[in-house]
Amino acid sequence: MFGNEFYVDPSRCIGCQSCLKACEECDTHRGISMINFDFVDRRESIATAAYVCWHCDEPTCAQVCPADAIKKYEDGVVGSSLKPRCIGCSNCVLACPFGIPKLVPQYEQMMKCDMCYDRTSVGKKPMCATVCPSQALTYVTPETIAETRREKPVNTFWFGNQKITTKVYMMAPADAGEIAIDVADYTWEGENGLVPQAF
Amino acid sequence: MGWFRKPSSTPLWRDEFSVHTADERYVNRRQFTKFLTLTSFGMLVGNAWILAKSAIRRAPAYPRMTVAVAGEIAVGSVKIFAYPTPDDPCILVRTGDDSYVAYSQKCTHLSCAVYYEKEQNRLECPCHQGFFSITDGAVLQGPPQRALPRVALERKNNQLNAIRMEGGGA
Repeated sequence: MFGNEFYVDPSRCIGCQSCLKACEECDTHRGISMINFDFVDRRESIATAAYVCWHCDEPTCAQVCPADAIKKYEDGVVGSSLKPRCIGCSNCVLACPFGIPKLVPQYEQMMKCDMCYDRTSVGKKPMCATVCPSQALTYVTPETIAETRREKPVNTFWFGNQKITTKVYMMAPADAGEIAIDVADYTWEGENGLVPQAF
Repeated sequence: MGWFRKPSSTPLWRDEFSVHTADERYVNRRQFTKFLTLTSFGMLVGNAWILAKSAIRRAPAYPRMTVAVAGEIAVGSVKIFAYPTPDDPCILVRTGDDSYVAYSQKCTHLSCAVYYEKEQNRLECPCHQGFFSITDGAVLQGPPQRALPRVALERKNNQLNAIRMEGGGA
């Protein structure tokens, strides 16, 4: 099972929220899901998007951490905050361009997806990828993805001038290059109060 | 601390607290040994320097300077002058008809100016209430730990001359 990579395809998400429930089953954070689950445009559409931490190559969350509590492990996984170190300052919550880290008030600690490090480090799939019925979240080899999907895996994102490469891949239309996101587009609230969403 | 690590463009803190666990290394054995060796070598050099300096140390030469003429100030009053350089304020006190004493005006605590307190016949530093004896400049009370440097005076004819500083390492 080594050699697998994580692929996120929001276009396949059916909104069943199985990933949330599977994530909550974990003993290290029972009852708290580390999946980021969005309704894309709830008034106009039933589309949903579930995604995990992107595990950036140069993780902004870890770079802004004043307590050295977030580490990137040798296999590329960016861990959740280390309990003895995290001071609950929310720097990472504010800094992450993807909005992944969440401050969990009852633990006074930031918690985020660590790609089920206890499972993936011994060759198992992350919980969410094992339960996703439509394989919107999937953990397979690049060869499998190339054989079974029309879309192209992309792991380079632009946020304004900040280029981010990640360990987790986004399935993008075959003609898409790098995914460019102008942050200003998504902070603008229109006259009717609708907030345009990223996906 | 550039001597103890390989040349690198990243700042030391980013090197030591890398976000990548693979790069996480605090002080390794070789760095620590280098540190110990260089530090003890530095201490050796420092001690040798102090030894050499004390061996060739000479008594500083002081100029002879006329401070006042006899009878210029009344008994119990003072005159401020500068000795041995214009940046070293000193205070001359006429304690009796024929007796004069002079001290550096810099308090040995934090270099505030000391003043003559006539009622108690002692020198006072108003900053932190340090008091010095008028007879020998010794500390009477307060935070100073060392006595005031004394200006040695010499009487020649009608003139009072400062000839050197005594004590205080001035």
